[in-house]
Amino acid sequence: MIVAERKPFDEIFANAGKHHKVLLLGCGTCVTVCMAGGQKETGVLASQLRLASREKGVDLEVTEHTITRQCDAEFFDDTTSRLVEESDAVISMGCGVGVQFCSDRYPNKTVYPALNTEFFGATLEQGVWTERCAGCGQCIVDKFGGICPVARCSKSLLNGPCGGSADGRCEINPDVDCAWQKIYDHMETLGRVDELEEIQPLKDWSHNRDGGPRTVRKEDVRL
Amino acid sequence: MSVTTLKSGSMLERVLVSGKFAVTSELGPPKSADVETIKEKAACLKGVCDAVNITDNQTAIVRMSSIAAGVLAMREGLEPVIQITCRDRNRLAIQADVLGAYALGIRNILCLSGDHQRFGNHPTSKNVFDMDSIQLVNVLKRMRDDKVFACGDEIRNSKKAPLVAPEIFIGAAANPFGDPFPFCVTRLGKKMRAGADFVQTQCIYDMDRFRRWMEMVRDRGLHEQIYILAGVTPLKSLRMAEHMRDNVAGLSVPDHLIERMKSAADPKEEGEKIAVEQMQELRDIPGVAGIHIMAIEAEKSVAGLAEKAGLLPRPIVD
Repeated sequence: MIVAERKPFDEIFANAGKHHKVLLLGCGTCVTVCMAGGQKETGVLASQLRLASREKGVDLEVTEHTITRQCDAEFFDDTTSRLVEESDAVISMGCGVGVQFCSDRYPNKTVYPALNTEFFGATLEQGVWTERCAGCGQCIVDKFGGICPVARCSKSLLNGPCGGSADGRCEINPDVDCAWQKIYDHMETLGRVDELEEIQPLKDWSHNRDGGPRTVRKEDVRL
Repeated sequence: MSVTTLKSGSMLERVLVSGKFAVTSELGPPKSADVETIKEKAACLKGVCDAVNITDNQTAIVRMSSIAAGVLAMREGLEPVIQITCRDRNRLAIQADVLGAYALGIRNILCLSGDHQRFGNHPTSKNVFDMDSIQLVNVLKRMRDDKVFACGDEIRNSKKAPLVAPEIFIGAAANPFGDPFPFCVTRLGKKMRAGADFVQTQCIYDMDRFRRWMEMVRDRGLHEQIYILAGVTPLKSLRMAEHMRDNVAGLSVPDHLIERMKSAADPKEEGEKIAVEQMQELRDIPGVAGIHIMAIEAEKSVAGLAEKAGLLPRPIVD
């Protein structure tokens, strides 16, 4: 899923304060799972904004509303569109995709992001999410025991660890696992360590975002 | 080996090919456009080593470019080994710089991943890592031997123009102390197969572990296919020894050395004494082809160390 974190309150409040009536729009998919922008978090932020505006004597009316997905046109129903039109601006609790989708849909409204979108990740434990995929467009994790060096090595090294791997930790931070120690250990468990002798050639980054914004077309399902 | 088989003709290559024990050192470019510092440092190293590494934004701190500083050092009579990291440039920029470096007379290049920018003075920058150090070694080898760029295009101005490819002696780093330990030798083998002619190791304090690593290297016969220069950094103080032990990832300083530094009346002198002993010991380990003296910001001390270790005078190999 896409993992995001809420922006500092002051940053959101500064944007909201430029308007009299804002719609806080939550998203019911990824950011609900990572507890950043779902219905619950939308409610909490709406209350904070109302409280702060009252305390500071700012004339601000906050409406809250959450839709199933902000990255899909079908969920922007009539109710949502009406609420948007009735507001001076929208504060999206969706990821960066949701913010842009919303902005495209309502070109006469300014849409502010309430979240910082971080990465594609997994839930490690309650309240902890971690990056697992860099979306490079050409998956090669099978060569590395199912562990991605592009996303999980700080230097995206494809041919083994740098000199900074010590006791299973990455040199950038003792809290970060060395991806290459994990790759080595896993390949050893699989009895495939020998495969790491193979020199991985230069990666074709044209499938990555480096090739420009990407689009996937699945012709057999297009209307 | 006859002269005609030389890959680059650099002094470092000639010394190693002739079977003589090589000595390299290091010169850190200034954190400014100051040329005088390079001249001063170069004067300390002239005649003391066969070639001198010119670091590339080491520890991710901005300095004068390694190619520019290398050319300035060359004017002072040194032979540079230009370091290139994969952190700051992509494959276009690096290949362009390799052509430029060669055109300016540079014959040795050392390929590195590069310290993460988090450690330097621009921690908010974006890193590149378009390729890793092993891939970079292979790009240089293909440029030199196959006379092609990474994309496969020939290194010539037009179809009818002659091929003018950079003939570079290719180096890489080796860390005998990194984890996972068995992979340290695998990495060396990969660097050799990718096309590295020589490696310089991380500085060695834990001689027992280095000996074990060299045994693994010899078991694979790697020492016969790649020149291994053992890294030595003299300890200047007890604080430095403890810092190396505690804060430098993948580097261990054994207790007996910490004890010696602690009880020494003159720690700096003791550190140099330890370094000389290490160099003499390393020289006798089968498969070690030379010493790489990294006296960090202490270029003045290198001549004395090399002298005491019996590494002077340096040979002139035609």
